[in-house]
Amino acid sequence: MAVGIISYGAYVPRYRIRSEEIARIWGDDANIGRALNVHEKSVPGADEDVATISVEAARQAMRRAPTGPDDVGAIYVGSESHPYAVKPTGTIVQAAIDAGPYLTMADYEFACKAGTAALQTGMGLVQSGMAKTVLAIGTDTSQGAPRNALEYSASAGGAAFLLGAERKHILAELHHTVSFTTDTPDFWRREGQKYPSHGERFTGTPAYFRHVEAASQRLMEDQKTKPDDYDHCVFHQPNGKFPVNAARRLGFKEPQWRHGLLAPRIGNTYSGAALLGLANVLDHAEPGDRVFVCGYGSGAGSDAFDCTVTKNILNYDRSEAERLETRLADTTELDYAMYAKLRGKLVMGGNGA
Amino acid sequence: MTVPRFWREIPQRYNLQASKCGACDAIHYPPRTVCPECRRASIGNLEEVKLSGRGTVLESTRVHKAAPGYEAQVPYTLALIQTEEGPVITGQVVDHDGRAVSAGDDVRAVFRRLGEDGDAGVIYYGTKWVLA
Ligand SMILES: [Zn+2]
Repeated sequence: MAVGIISYGAYVPRYRIRSEEIARIWGDDANIGRALNVHEKSVPGADEDVATISVEAARQAMRRAPTGPDDVGAIYVGSESHPYAVKPTGTIVQAAIDAGPYLTMADYEFACKAGTAALQTGMGLVQSGMAKTVLAIGTDTSQGAPRNALEYSASAGGAAFLLGAERKHILAELHHTVSFTTDTPDFWRREGQKYPSHGERFTGTPAYFRHVEAASQRLMEDQKTKPDDYDHCVFHQPNGKFPVNAARRLGFKEPQWRHGLLAPRIGNTYSGAALLGLANVLDHAEPGDRVFVCGYGSGAGSDAFDCTVTKNILNYDRSEAERLETRLADTTELDYAMYAKLRGKLVMGGNGA
Repeated sequence: MTVPRFWREIPQRYNLQASKCGACDAIHYPPRTVCPECRRASIGNLEEVKLSGRGTVLESTRVHKAAPGYEAQVPYTLALIQTEEGPVITGQVVDHDGRAVSAGDDVRAVFRRLGEDGDAGVIYYGTKWVLA
């Protein structure tokens, strides 16, 4: 049985802070943004979190979907910044899209690849016939500790994909997925800690590149494809530099990541990153386009996907108002003081609190 | 707010669920169990409907002295919103930084965090508004 994406939604908060502005506060090199290839990052509003972003993405997906909320057999929300430690974010999404109550769900956590893990579970449930449609979401509103290198990239956003098996509905057929997982302590956050810790220089070669390349190469071996066979590639993007290096090392070339690389404009949306890149690719893709996707999550693992866009994309609502680019073009620039206020980094006291 | 009351009100808070009177067609938000016009004639004759989330600002005000729990959001904007189905709703207009919110502006509903019962309590979600 075929399985594929039958609808999708994407949401990035409107606020941005530029890398130079963060560098100004800490006396860092003003060119740090160029080095990371992250010029600005998204910042959630004071009343936005993983639940609200997931709901906005899910509502867009359901609004454009060929099937209704009653057909949703499972909801998986992947994030490392779920608003509750115990109470699934998916329950809030379910109520907000009027799905269920006869459906299954769990929240996922696998650093930045919890969203692609949700996508894989959805593929399995749909392909096996256990669920008619599955909503797979990846969203984060991650924070880096002030003055930590992560502060330049940790941002907010998310995307939702509705998966189904009916050929007449499939916008992008998911042919195959491969995962590569090891026990690698490159990045972690202990229970109760507000900010994550990372293994400094350890994050590159043994972590991100090793896993991304292993999963990607195996996927292409299984599919008997090579980088040239793809019109678009999307890699997890902890910054704007890693995904470009990984793509080049694998043999992909410049125009292939033009729509899938968003980190230079929005930073690292963690569980949302690869999925937002895929959403933007689908906003631009034409029938027959082949798309390569590879997520990465610290800890560590990579999930790679091979998919092809179908002619159904031509009848799908990709009007100006629905496009991610439209949302990304309408932003509000913050200075560090406003950023600190929105992110709850100000200590309220006296009559203020 | 109590947790049970919030839980009961989830459909109207998340999805703008309203009631429509089968006798006079009037739509009420929050939903009613009896139409205030038709009274007895409306009993058993009310259906659930969802507001589209599109509306127009009738009046707005900038709040500088925060309600409890909104201290970190000051200043913020409250507005009376005329929904396209008829009911008038009081709501917070967000994300309009730098642009004034005035009578006649079109707005649409968004899903946001409304508040929480301290650091350990339940988080309340629901509808706010942005300029359309
Ligand atoms: Zn009536």
